[in-house]
Amino acid sequence: MEYNPPPLFRQGVPAFLKMAFFASLSVALLVADSRWHVLQPVRQVLNAVMYPLQRAALLPRDAAVSAADYFSSLTTLQNEIKELKQRQIENSQVLQQTQALAGENAHLRKILATRERLTAKSVVAEILFDARDVFTRKIVLNRGTQDGVLRGQPVIDENGVVGQVTRVFAMTAEVTLLTDKNQAIPVQVVRNGLRTVVYGRGNSGLLDMRFLAANADIQVGDTLVTSGIDGVYPLGLSVAKVIKIDSGAAAALGGIVCQPLAGMDRNRHLLILLVDMNIQPRPAPDETSEKQGRKRHRAASASVVSQQEGAK
Amino acid sequence: MSRPQYILLPANSIFIGMTLLVAFLLNVQAWGRTVGVPDFVALALIFWGIHQPRRAGIGLAFCMGLLMDVNDATLFGENALAYTLLSYLAITIHRRVLFFRLPQQSAHVLLLLLLTQGVQCLVQYVVNGRTPGWLFFLESFVAAALWPLVTWLLLAPQRRAVNKDENRPI
Repeated sequence: MEYNPPPLFRQGVPAFLKMAFFASLSVALLVADSRWHVLQPVRQVLNAVMYPLQRAALLPRDAAVSAADYFSSLTTLQNEIKELKQRQIENSQVLQQTQALAGENAHLRKILATRERLTAKSVVAEILFDARDVFTRKIVLNRGTQDGVLRGQPVIDENGVVGQVTRVFAMTAEVTLLTDKNQAIPVQVVRNGLRTVVYGRGNSGLLDMRFLAANADIQVGDTLVTSGIDGVYPLGLSVAKVIKIDSGAAAALGGIVCQPLAGMDRNRHLLILLVDMNIQPRPAPDETSEKQGRKRHRAASASVVSQQEGAK
Repeated sequence: MSRPQYILLPANSIFIGMTLLVAFLLNVQAWGRTVGVPDFVALALIFWGIHQPRRAGIGLAFCMGLLMDVNDATLFGENALAYTLLSYLAITIHRRVLFFRLPQQSAHVLLLLLLTQGVQCLVQYVVNGRTPGWLFFLESFVAAALWPLVTWLLLAPQRRAVNKDENRPI
């Protein structure tokens, strides 16, 4: 007769032990993801596995949308056609003006012998869904590394900048909207060329302009465009319009509120600009100059002390 | 007066898997920022944690949490941690809860769901310093209100008679 050693745990591993194990594993994952950002490959794999599921889950919605489109009445369509024709005419005027201006601009640039700005390549993407997370403002698009999308590339619609690609998978990409609380974009006021940075405000869907001098020349209705100095956003994309300026104490805490020009929640199709993301690394701080600076500072303070003593 | 206690058929593992899959598909729908959409996966995990603690364990909850993390674009491990605690608590109270009536069970479930959301809030606050509004907790109340319906639906396959007999009293 054969005997087995008595089992260590009579009824499997106790629930508390299991809970402790998985909870500490989760916390370890949290730390690894938020501090060291090392879990991107795992995310890639899981996302690739889940992609068919996500598409399957969205099928009923897409079918409902297309059915609704199909049954939308004749009059709505006619109205839409009328409106589109009207817009076409308006646009063609603007287009002609733009062509003329582009020609003039090219000429002037040649005269200035500056290097011609590259028109960035772009790819049209469709919004799959809003990320189901109340803490952030993110959307998921149906383009990924296979279409040449890279992390950090800007995303725009026909009116202006929508956001920035913050995570890329093989077939999808996550875009953080400008209105996300952690998102910032360098801009320039069109009227006077003042450069500054605007920040997302979170859930309200507005943008904030902070850290401006009290006498900075900003007016309600000013249009903000990208300044292009960060090397990510190309120069001159529309970003926002100033809608409110608080005066007094509130102004010191950043009382300039801007409304993004792009339709943050309205569009289904967006444009990802395939900008080259090889940004020059930040130069290492020069140690010698820093030391010298410190010495100089010390010398200056010493002289101040001696002057004070002299005054006594 | 004592309530009748039904003898149920054993639960089918395939059915458990299917319900979790359906819950996941419901969660993956493009809800966007709609307020008060319940977390179907959490609800299904509580249900199976209470009714079949040996089948749907903490490991399963952890894996579902990871999948939700990838889909929601949240931090890796946020939902995993919340679901792990949720499943553990569901298993801890499973002997007691089933003696209550459905509305009272809902109250227990509400407490568990609020705790899950509390963990999610805490993680976000510690890592990013962000807090949601009070309406964020509405989804727990909606989910708890769905509990009787969920119980009726998910227990239905176990309530079937093995061989149908019109003349038998139960």
